[in-house]
Amino acid sequence: MKKQNEAVKNGMPGKMPKGANKGVFMRLIKMLFKEYPFRLAAVAVCIATVAYASTIASIYLSDFIKLIGEAPSLGGWDGIKLTVYKMILEMVIIYALGIFAAFAYTRIMAVLTQEFLNTIRKKMFDKMESLPIRYFDTHPHGDIMSYYTNDIDTLRELVSRSIPQLFNSGLIVALLVTNMLRISFWMTLIVAFGAIFMLFVVKYIGGNSAKYFIKQQKTIAKTEGFIEEMINGQRVVKAFCHEKQSGVDFDEVNGKLCDDATKANRFANILMPIMGNIGNIIYVLVVFIGGALVFFGVNNVSIAPANNNVLISVAHVIPFLGITKQFTNNVSQASQQANSIVMAMAGSRRIFELLDEEPETDEGYVTLVNAKIENGIIIECEERTGKWAWKHPHSDGSVTYTELRGDVRIEHMDFGYVPEKTVLNDITLYAEPGQKVAFVGATGAGKTTITNLINRFYDIDDGKIRYDGININKIKKSDLRRSLGVVLQDTNLFTGTVMENIRYGKLDATDEECIAAAKLAHADSFITRLPDGYNTMITANGANLSQGQRQLLSIARAAVADPPVMILDEATSSIDTRTEAIVQKGMDALMKGRTVFVIAHRLSTVRNSDVIMVLEHGRIIERGDHEKLIAEKGKYYSLYTGAFELE
Amino acid sequence: MIKTLAKSIREYKRASILTPLFVSLEVIIECMIPFITAKLITVIELGEGGFRAVIPYGIILVVLAALSLTFGALAGHYCAVASCGFAKNLRHDMYYAVQDYSFANIDKFSSSSLVTRMTTDVSNVQMSYMMLIRTAIRCPFMLIFALIMVFVISPRMSIGFAVIVPVLAIGLAIIIKNAHPIFKSVFKKYDNLNNSIQENVHGMRVVKSYVREDHEKKKFAKASDEVAGDFKRAEKILALNTPLMQLCFNMVMLFVCFFGTRLVVRSNGTLLHVGEMSAILTYGAQILMSLMMVSVIMVMIALSAASATRISEVLNEKSTITNPENPVREVADGSVEFKNVSFCYGASSEKKALANIDLSIASGETVGIVGGTGSGKTSLVQLISRLYDTDEGAVLVGGVNVKDYDLEALRTQVATVLQKNVLFSGTIKENIRWGDPDATDEEIERICKLAAADDFIKSFPDGYDTYIEQGGSNVSGGQKQRLCIARALIRKPKILILDDSTSAVDTKTDALIRRSFAEEIPGTTKIIIAQRISSVEHADKIVVLDGGKIESVGTHTELLEKSPIYKEVYNSQVKGGDEE
Repeated sequence: MKKQNEAVKNGMPGKMPKGANKGVFMRLIKMLFKEYPFRLAAVAVCIATVAYASTIASIYLSDFIKLIGEAPSLGGWDGIKLTVYKMILEMVIIYALGIFAAFAYTRIMAVLTQEFLNTIRKKMFDKMESLPIRYFDTHPHGDIMSYYTNDIDTLRELVSRSIPQLFNSGLIVALLVTNMLRISFWMTLIVAFGAIFMLFVVKYIGGNSAKYFIKQQKTIAKTEGFIEEMINGQRVVKAFCHEKQSGVDFDEVNGKLCDDATKANRFANILMPIMGNIGNIIYVLVVFIGGALVFFGVNNVSIAPANNNVLISVAHVIPFLGITKQFTNNVSQASQQANSIVMAMAGSRRIFELLDEEPETDEGYVTLVNAKIENGIIIECEERTGKWAWKHPHSDGSVTYTELRGDVRIEHMDFGYVPEKTVLNDITLYAEPGQKVAFVGATGAGKTTITNLINRFYDIDDGKIRYDGININKIKKSDLRRSLGVVLQDTNLFTGTVMENIRYGKLDATDEECIAAAKLAHADSFITRLPDGYNTMITANGANLSQGQRQLLSIARAAVADPPVMILDEATSSIDTRTEAIVQKGMDALMKGRTVFVIAHRLSTVRNSDVIMVLEHGRIIERGDHEKLIAEKGKYYSLYTGAFELE
Repeated sequence: MIKTLAKSIREYKRASILTPLFVSLEVIIECMIPFITAKLITVIELGEGGFRAVIPYGIILVVLAALSLTFGALAGHYCAVASCGFAKNLRHDMYYAVQDYSFANIDKFSSSSLVTRMTTDVSNVQMSYMMLIRTAIRCPFMLIFALIMVFVISPRMSIGFAVIVPVLAIGLAIIIKNAHPIFKSVFKKYDNLNNSIQENVHGMRVVKSYVREDHEKKKFAKASDEVAGDFKRAEKILALNTPLMQLCFNMVMLFVCFFGTRLVVRSNGTLLHVGEMSAILTYGAQILMSLMMVSVIMVMIALSAASATRISEVLNEKSTITNPENPVREVADGSVEFKNVSFCYGASSEKKALANIDLSIASGETVGIVGGTGSGKTSLVQLISRLYDTDEGAVLVGGVNVKDYDLEALRTQVATVLQKNVLFSGTIKENIRWGDPDATDEEIERICKLAAADDFIKSFPDGYDTYIEQGGSNVSGGQKQRLCIARALIRKPKILILDDSTSAVDTKTDALIRRSFAEEIPGTTKIIIAQRISSVEHADKIVVLDGGKIESVGTHTELLEKSPIYKEVYNSQVKGGDEE
């Protein structure tokens, strides 16, 4: 953990510059269309049908009104009865179509949204798995998580609701404008001015609302961070009677959140009443101006020949009013989406940021294979033989095999997590096959960094690392890592049973193999005492286990993998000295003849190593076995005798 | 539950009452607008009185729209104030409730659960509250008012709604009934999916070390597909809402067009006007929309009920440790006495953490406590500052039962450096001042020298103003421990308890710290829990615990004679020649 934080502190910002929202939005739309062209086309047709069905209402209504006006001259109800039946029948047919279309598109969209989110989620996860460790060391984990939670949520809102709603409203508005133009150009002008005014209001209120919602999002994150820190440290708060001060500090953060939330929600809440009533006022304006046009006998302009160049009459105004109402309703409904669109743009920008990250590159071509040796010749084979070989294809098509012996040579290696700060300087070391090599030194001396470089979590800046004589850059990363069993201090277990967690080391391991590994790691005795033994579920990274037990499990996980080379990074730091000795014996037996790297600040862990490297400020200052280093009376000696502080 | 939560409304009561008030006014006006509009249309249609007759109606409408806008905006404003304020108070109340919690209370909830309750659950309740005071008032009110208006305009036409409204209501009920259970279960699965992402983010080194990227991808894809499948099932049902609404709107439309026309024509406009026809249509839309919203609210509130329960659990939790009446405020000296003390964590745990402990420690003594994991060392010392209460027997500090002390007075005099040390984000100085807010810079420096922390603090570029990251992640374990010791020392306690607080400090520094204790605070009782024999070797008295019982008490030499456990531990460390 410390390493990660250091890297974070040293820069490498994860935030991208703002802007380019439109591009993001278009990219998202393109992605949608590319993924689901046919279904989206069907949706578009259906929405158009729905929009059409909902706009004909006003047309039919005005027709009925016209009919009612003409009824007395046509002989009352009996005279118009047939016309009414005919019109109703037409409406029923169009409505039936509309309902069917609505049913179809909402269903398609419901499925499509989930599929799209699922695709994005999987794409994000696949990308995430391919990213280099550096990414995880430099991005706060909470940030990465919010891609999958908050940002995906904004997308859901956008795809399932906002886009269809906008499309629907847009179509309806277009159809209504046509209808309005068919009635009267002059009155349409009034509505158009009103609509422009409405758009300004949306831009102002909706924009502010979105701005504060995004701000609120940040304040929430801050408040949650505060709560998390303080509640997790609550025992200390209590032991120090710090409750009052802690409360006062919280009130400040909490008050700030309340302010931001109030602003964001206020703007969101007032949008609808304002838009709705602006609609009402536009309506009255149409009445007034329409009435005035009738009163003053103005000549009409219309795209429909029947209405063009005639005097504007009440018969024009009344149906127009219905259309106006529908028009403003749709505009204000569409405006409701302003907020979620802005949020979704911010969300998708972040998602694309993740999807655009550069994955870990791998130019290696040397692979690891199981091997057997017959008559001194290495032969590749399928089954596990306990021997491995590096398969080295050459440019001329020939293939050579090199036996995996665990010979690691580091020559004049330099490295820094950030260019301006070197962590390791001129490191040269040889680990011979079968040796146990230990690194000791204070925190920050660079012990863990060396292992990060051997398995190529990071690439070295200068120098060479050779593995059985092969430059590790030539080895395929996955094969390189497969050859190295790593047990870290921060144990990470996964949700699942104890057995599944051990099997993580070797996916096709039998139960017997897993249990044997657990016995070797001295984990069997506590596992069998768990309520369900090997079938006990592990949740929340093994919250129900002690740190020592978690470490034993992760050692068992490494043991079942049975790797040619093992790296133990503070792997037994939380295990008491007596148990550690037992575990060590088991591991020594397993790794007999193989290379082991050990990092520990506890000297009992490293004492029986073949070579001990003492690191200080990124340099190896002493090397040798325990007896030799003690005899030298140098740094190791002083660490060992406690004359110096180790950590 | 509702009563408990309602207590947190407090100063937002006004806004909480104003919101529904303004909402009601808004609804009333909103329902008047179509009515007046109908009149206006009739006037235009009949053409009586010319343009002039239109003006009063127009003015009324503009005024009504302005009023409706004002009331609506006010309702929106107060709603935001009330709901956000309510959420703020809820968080405040929970936070303060937790401040009063004893360790036992915190154990019961677990820290992570408390955090979720104060964040996610409060947001859920806030959303529901917002709906409750605004939409939940608006919709039923609108529904009823609009129905009344339809009835006022034309009792005959209102019959149609008697048919359509139940159709929609039943349809919505069926949809909710089928979709709700699926949603409930799928949200849980969704949480699990996110948890597994989190595991991957945290454990990426393990994933990559074992080259399990493809394995994880497959696992994730399977889980994600499953979640998507369930969501699809639920969303498909929910998607029926739109066509159902459409159907009802259309039914209203057809009904009004057919029967309306017939009524107008047959009655010659006496029973129904053309203008009223469109008014009825508007009311119809309002009625159906309201019904739809009511169903949404019902689902929302049902989903947040669980959150509300979880919040009220926190608020209703009574601290297991409270101040006595007429507490003792002065701690006489640093003597500690355990009288036949037994203790266990929680009533459910059968195993006693401590049993029949009798021990007395004189003021100013240095006492070492050793024993294996689970032997009860930590439990023993936590009883002294009354972080937990004993089940049987009594703990006396300065000759007085700890239960009779004012908690703050007791804990100020008994400083415990906990095993699980936490530093808070802030400067080193600020962290040390936790022990004593009034400490001067010189005082802090002096104390840090005692805790052997001064050297490394001064080696930081910012010295005492170095910013400690959350959880103290930018200092080493040993440094953290020394800062925590300094934080306890600055309180000048009568009793100082170190619970395995020097485990990451090397032997020499450990010895330095112990020496400065002996020289600088000889009068303070020092109770030291340690794994290392060297840390307790020179204590006046060493207590060996085993399985919650005192195995033996004595000095180093005495114990080597009489305690097999002590001897074994000593031998393992000496033979190894190891610092552990």
